[in-house]
Amino acid sequence: MNIYRDESNPLFQYVVGLGDDALILGHRWSEWLSKGPNLELDIAASNLALDLIGQANLLLEYAAEVEGAGRSADDLAYLRDTQDFRCHWLCEQPNEDWGVTIARMLMFSTYQYLRYSALMQSTDRQLAEIAAKALKEVTYHRRFAAEWTVRLAQGTDEGHRRVQNGFNILWRFVPELFETSGGERTLANDGIAVASDSLEADWRETMDEVMTKAGVSAPETSGRVMASRHNGHHSEHLGHLLCEMQFLQRAYPKASGATW
Amino acid sequence: MDNDWDLYEVFVRSKRGLSHKHCGSVHAADSKMAIENARDLYTRRSEGESIWVIRAADITASDPAEGDALFGPAADKVYRHPTFYEIPDEVGKM
Repeated sequence: MNIYRDESNPLFQYVVGLGDDALILGHRWSEWLSKGPNLELDIAASNLALDLIGQANLLLEYAAEVEGAGRSADDLAYLRDTQDFRCHWLCEQPNEDWGVTIARMLMFSTYQYLRYSALMQSTDRQLAEIAAKALKEVTYHRRFAAEWTVRLAQGTDEGHRRVQNGFNILWRFVPELFETSGGERTLANDGIAVASDSLEADWRETMDEVMTKAGVSAPETSGRVMASRHNGHHSEHLGHLLCEMQFLQRAYPKASGATW
Repeated sequence: MDNDWDLYEVFVRSKRGLSHKHCGSVHAADSKMAIENARDLYTRRSEGESIWVIRAADITASDPAEGDALFGPAADKVYRHPTFYEIPDEVGKM
């Protein structure tokens, strides 16, 4: 039984999904801050985090407006529990090391690039405008990740091992990227949303191009979706992430808003 | 790790029509990374629309000890400055 039916308010669920992907991946990038080998990479990581959290802010603000229940973007980000999040499993996986982080960023920024490109044609003007702004940022993210993938894979044996390890660990989350819920399908038929499965062919082709150039390969996986974000199912890692991300808001609720 | 990375000098053009100006340096493993690092460090507040990077080791610089020989002789040749001409208004700022 699907207890978190996105049919009840599909546009809200859809926009929350877009926002949660950006928020959770942005938080993962923020975890790199102060851990870079030098100032240059530390700032690169913080820029990626800020781009993504900025996208999350716009998307969750819009989601809150669509929901019309008096919640704010901050409420959605900091006061929901794991089962109410709609991010992909790929976004919530731990950074592990730079190889895993870069493999994930290549996989997900390629996905976001295709999704935002298509969303620019949305009949929902607000979504189309957010997509147009985000696309510029994500175009850079994809370039950054693609260059690092090649740099690691072609640089040293250890670099190759680590980025290949990233793809080995993360490839099992690929099928979920293209899982299309009923609500999303309905919205896509109305020209509002982008059906996730419509992105698969382009995604695989683009990934193949970069991975071939880098000399890394996709591992064999079962191709099954393990559990669905559309139903609020997540890996254990999301809970740990939220513990940290939501701590301040939950421990000191009065510190939020105007009293900061 | 830093020791393995080259130092690159960064030149940023703030607007089309202006020239690239030296604005600092970044460490990077290759020139593409140098562009990205420079983009993140020097243009994140819309300071530029074009970046050049060059490995600092590839720059040949004049020797300060030779300053007198290189630049001293120009000091007493005021006639090289076009200050004796009237510049027509329509030419604008030079």
